Amino acid sequence: MTMSVSAPPAPAPVSAGPFHRYSVHSDARHLLGLEGMTRDVLLALLEDAALEREWLRSGAPNRADLAGCSVMLAFVEDSTRTRMSFEVAARRLGANALTFNAGASSLNKGETLLDTMRLFEAMGAQLLIVRHSMSGAPAYLAQHLRATGVINAGDGMHEHPTQGLLDLLTLRDAWHGEFEGRRLAIVGDIAHSRVARSAIAGLTTLGAHVTVCGPGTLLPADVELLGCTVAPTVEDAMEGADAVMALRIQKERMEGGLLPSLVEYAREWGVNHERVALLKPDAVVMHPGPVNRGVELQAAVADSGRSVILDQVANGVAARCAVLKRCWQACREAA
Amino acid sequence: MSTLTLFKNVTHWKTGEKVTVAVEDGVVIPIPRRGHEHARVLEAPQAVLAPGLVDLHVHLREPGQSGKETIETGTRAAAAGGFTAVACMPNTVPVVDTPAWVEWVLARARGAGYARVYPIAAVTQGQKGEQLAPLQAMARAGAVAFSDDGHPIESAAMMRRALEYARNTGLPIIGHEEDPTLRVGGVMNEGFTATRLGLRGLPNAAESIMCRRDADLAELTGGRVHLAHLSAAQSFDALRDAKRRGLPVSGETCPHYWVLTDEAVGDYDTHAKMNPPLRSEVDRAACIAAIADGTIDCFATDHAPHTSDEKARPFAEAPFGIVGLETALALTLTYLVHPGHITLARAIELWTDAPRRLFNLPEVDLEPGSEADLVLFDPQAEWTVEPELFFSKGRNTPFAGWNLKGRVLATMMAGRFTHLAPEVDFEHQLVLPAESQK
Repeated sequence: MTMSVSAPPAPAPVSAGPFHRYSVHSDARHLLGLEGMTRDVLLALLEDAALEREWLRSGAPNRADLAGCSVMLAFVEDSTRTRMSFEVAARRLGANALTFNAGASSLNKGETLLDTMRLFEAMGAQLLIVRHSMSGAPAYLAQHLRATGVINAGDGMHEHPTQGLLDLLTLRDAWHGEFEGRRLAIVGDIAHSRVARSAIAGLTTLGAHVTVCGPGTLLPADVELLGCTVAPTVEDAMEGADAVMALRIQKERMEGGLLPSLVEYAREWGVNHERVALLKPDAVVMHPGPVNRGVELQAAVADSGRSVILDQVANGVAARCAVLKRCWQACREAA
Repeated sequence: MSTLTLFKNVTHWKTGEKVTVAVEDGVVIPIPRRGHEHARVLEAPQAVLAPGLVDLHVHLREPGQSGKETIETGTRAAAAGGFTAVACMPNTVPVVDTPAWVEWVLARARGAGYARVYPIAAVTQGQKGEQLAPLQAMARAGAVAFSDDGHPIESAAMMRRALEYARNTGLPIIGHEEDPTLRVGGVMNEGFTATRLGLRGLPNAAESIMCRRDADLAELTGGRVHLAHLSAAQSFDALRDAKRRGLPVSGETCPHYWVLTDEAVGDYDTHAKMNPPLRSEVDRAACIAAIADGTIDCFATDHAPHTSDEKARPFAEAPFGIVGLETALALTLTYLVHPGHITLARAIELWTDAPRRLFNLPEVDLEPGSEADLVLFDPQAEWTVEPELFFSKGRNTPFAGWNLKGRVLATMMAGRFTHLAPEVDFEHQLVLPAESQK
């Protein structure tokens, strides 16, 4: 018995990768993050959100843009303002909006996230709005569900794209539609903030600058590679900025040994009147809410004429209207 | 009835010369003078013949996790990758922390028979880091090393006692080097990609600090430390320093650390999730430098099969680990040898002689009298990685669809073929001409 070796398999060029990037990012049925979104798409969404805001303000009756669309609000992590904001937007546009209460759900009986979401798909949900404590959960669902559009309503420490859009809409007003050359200072817990990541992605795409600052324990590794600059002190960050965004400090950060105390934080990093005076004269003060008054934001600053916190909330409904319309249209085109 | 096998006109892995090697009764024999009509002849001038590869770090998942892998499928995968021996980690269910479980693994491996299996036993009972396992008895039962792999030995005092106690056995303690206080929920390398994706990071220092601690404990105790799956630039430095100090410390690294960086995580790709994690480009370069300058003592795969369901979970919930046995040699050739970082002979040494010496395993070479544990591979043949063709139960590889250069043609253990590539054809009869038999 003899062996010989026949020709090897057809030669192909030696290659690496490609590394796995979800194609779902370029699929308009989904909104997973502002990272990678083009300038044109961002500007179009903002333009549309501004129009929707006029309509919302006018008190006109509900429309039927999303008639026949079942929107499932799957808030696996708790939220009040984002969930209500999406609910208002979906109902105003004529969608059939249902809210999923994770606390009493089969998720607590050991069912996987994907299996639970597949239930909603089987029940006819066409848009799934997901809030989850795990980074990447919406992208994961977008990849694994067949027909449902997935909108990220905040995933772990990753992104919160509709918050990013409402922040952009707020800054568009404050900056008279001009992003080039403008600068936002973000102060606080950058490491755990999905709000910061979406803001950085959106603003850098539109040509604005972002400076971040915060305690060293709350700055993530290589954060400057996201396209922002890191300021050593809150004063350096705010000096001459066109807007400042204070981020919420979670009480758990003290237990994790990341911060000595809230008092120390308020003194060293809190956005107060003296620091606001360092901003450009027409600069605005933002906060994604809910505010810890007297910690990351001095109460008087939160209530001052500089504060646009309630504008942000109103803009949230408008931005979410624009997002729902865009995703629903893409769903119908794909069907 | 024994069959004579002739590897005819193949390239010697070390000398590069064309040789013919004869095998009969499980050992390499002098080339017989007489003609052998019934000999199995494998003629492959483009192919290299080497001792069978050895992988000191695999997870065969038995006992207890046969959904992920069994000793049979794991050793079959080893054979497909050119390995004739593997050392298997004890982080099974239950943990291999008694002589009885060591004997069970050995018995199970004898039944499977695709590769020699050398059990690694736990350092502490249940790998909990609290109380020593019966190291001496497990060594007598056949353990070749001790490790709590999968978990670091958190307490320096426990590591010290383990090194002192294991000294009598002469066997090394393999360190899964990771400071648990620096780990805190990390799921990938700390760095830009983790920041971009909002995932918690595992810093380099979590690994390197423990490497330095254990080097100092090796000095204190005189016990042997083997540093598992090194990934970080600072860890390679720690190993280099330990050697400069003449300490009984050795270390291994794995193909994914010299091929990939954490960029491979892409958008939450769980097939790029392992522990230690894929690091930065600086670390990848440091890994290759540590291989080239001799700091790294041997290669290993850290073959860690999981089910598709497990790897299809969201990133943070998916288990750590990738399979490695069936791509290891090709990744070595494609990313170390062909680019010229190390010679072919050195690369093969790091998969053969080097691990055998480290773990005191029987030596194998191509000379008469040696055990016939051999691998024949074509260093130039190109192929595409198709996980569905793996013999391992695990399909969890980040290299799916990659075109690699270097292919295992045949693996032989104790004179018996344990793997033949599909293109190796038994049908053509070929009679050896007399002159080539000298």
